[in-house]
Amino acid sequence: MSEVAIIGIGLHPFGRTPDKSGQQQGAEAVRRALADAGVSWKEVQFAYGGSQDAGNADALVNELGLTGLQFTNVWNGCATGGSALHAGCAAIASGEYELGVVVGFDKHPRGAFNPRPADWGLEDWYGELGLMLTTQFFAMKIQRYMHEHGITEEALVRVAEKAFRNGALNPYAWRRTPLSREEIAQSPLVSDPLRKYMFCNPAEGGAALVLASAARARRHTTKPLWVRAAVVRTRRYGSFEVFSPSLAATVTDAPTVDAARTAFERAGIGPEEVDVIQLQDTDSGAEIIHMAECGFCAHGEQEKLLAEGATEIGGRMPVNTDGGCLANGEPVGASGLRQVHEICLQLRGQAGARQVPGGPRVGFTHVYGAPGLSGVTLISR
Amino acid sequence: MRPIREGLFTWPAERPELLGSRCTDCGEVTFPAQADCRRCGGRDCRVEPIGHRGTLWSWTVQRFLPKPPYASGETEETFRPYGVGYVELPSGVKVEARLTENRPERLVIGMPMRLVVAPFRTDPESGEVILGFYFAPEEDEEEAA
Repeated sequence: MSEVAIIGIGLHPFGRTPDKSGQQQGAEAVRRALADAGVSWKEVQFAYGGSQDAGNADALVNELGLTGLQFTNVWNGCATGGSALHAGCAAIASGEYELGVVVGFDKHPRGAFNPRPADWGLEDWYGELGLMLTTQFFAMKIQRYMHEHGITEEALVRVAEKAFRNGALNPYAWRRTPLSREEIAQSPLVSDPLRKYMFCNPAEGGAALVLASAARARRHTTKPLWVRAAVVRTRRYGSFEVFSPSLAATVTDAPTVDAARTAFERAGIGPEEVDVIQLQDTDSGAEIIHMAECGFCAHGEQEKLLAEGATEIGGRMPVNTDGGCLANGEPVGASGLRQVHEICLQLRGQAGARQVPGGPRVGFTHVYGAPGLSGVTLISR
Repeated sequence: MRPIREGLFTWPAERPELLGSRCTDCGEVTFPAQADCRRCGGRDCRVEPIGHRGTLWSWTVQRFLPKPPYASGETEETFRPYGVGYVELPSGVKVEARLTENRPERLVIGMPMRLVVAPFRTDPESGEVILGFYFAPEEDEEEAA
C-alpha cells in the first residue's frame, strides 16, 4: 500500500447525549478531526462513513457544508469503521485523492440489540425462540474457550477491572468509575458465565479521522502517523460465529485470525513489535480470546498474562488503554474508529493520565462482531 | 398444535428428529435444511433427519427477557431464564437450541442430551399451541422412567 497518513483525529464523547442526534455527534467528531489536522471541510475531497441506527453518514453534509465532495455511506456491521478506513486508505493509495475523512457514529436505544432475522439471512423462528442475541453468542464462545483452554472466572473479572480503571483515566469515556473485584464478581449474571459488569452496552458517540497522502500530510504536520495496514475479513465456513443456528462439524479459525495475520503480513510487522493494543471487548471473554486470535499470545496463556498485569497500561502489552468497549460502550458505527483515535493519541504521546510509557511506536486495533467479521489496523509513527 | 416452522423437525412423530440437509457433493450436514451448501457452494442439498441425541458443546443461560423478535408471550413478570446451548450431533454438526434446563450447576460441557419437542407459546388469536424444539439432559429421561 502506498503511504497513507492520519493527520487529524476527533472524538465526540461516548455514552449518552440526549440532546444530540447521532449525526450531530458524528459531525462534531469530524469538526474536531479537521481542527486537529488544521484542514477545512472545503478542502476535503472524499469521505466514507456510517452508522447502524443513526442514519446516513452522507447527511452530515447538512451540518458540515454541501461542498460536492464524494461521500460514500458505509454499513458493514461491527466493521463499519474499519471498512470506512479501508476504503479511505484505498482511495488515497490509488492516487485518486490526497485528502479525505472517515467517520463513524451511532445512537442506539437502551438494552441489548434486537436485530431482525431477515436482515441477516435468517428465518423468523430463530428470533422468535430467543436464540438471536449477541450476548448469548459471546457467552457460549467464552464458555467453550474456558473449557478448552483453562481460563477462569478470575480472568474475566480482571479484564473488567482493568477496563473501568482505564476508563476512569479517560475524560471521553462513558464509565469513569473504577469498580472493585467484588463489585464485578458479584454483579448479576447476564448470560453465564458473563455478568453485568463484564458486558459492554450499546451507546452513543462519534469518531473521525483525516487521512492524507504522504505529500499532502507533510504540508500539514511534521509528525504524521502511518496506516501500515487496514484489513477487513469475513467468516470462513466452520468458524464459530454470532447468529449461527448451527456450527460445522470441523471448527476453523475466526475472521479475527485471518484479518490480524493479513495485517501483520502486509505491514511487515510482527505482534511482538506492537507497543499498544486495542481489542474488541464486547465482553471480558472477548478480550481474552482476541488476545490469542490476534497473535499476541498462545491460547490459554492469557490467564497468566492477566495475573501478571501484562495488559495494564504499564505492562508489556497494554490492551484497551482507553477502557475499551466496556468503559466506552459500543456505538457500533463509531467503535472501530474510537480504537484508532486512542492508538493515535498513544503514538503521539498525548494520552495524558493513561499514556503508555516509553514512547510507543506501533499500535494495533481490532474489531469483531456481527455477522462474523473483523477489522484490523496497524498504525505506526 | 403446530411446529413454530415446518421442516425444522419431524412432526408428528413419536420420537421427533431434527431435519437438516446434506450436500450431495461434499457430504456436509447443516441445520436448518438449506438449498445451497455453505461449505462447497453445491446446489444440491437433500433434507434428511440428523438425529435426536447428542452432547452439550457449549451453553449459557438467557437471564433477561429478550426484546422482539422474541415472541414467547412472556412479560417481565412471567419471564423465566432459559438455557441455550449448542448440541453436537453424531455427524459433528452442532445445533443451537433452547435447553429445558436453566440451572447452571446441572449443565456440563460433554453431557448427553436429547431432543424434546414441546409447547413454546399459544397463538393469542387462534389459541393454537406452537411447538418449539429443545434439548434436555439425557438423565432427566432416566429419572422420569
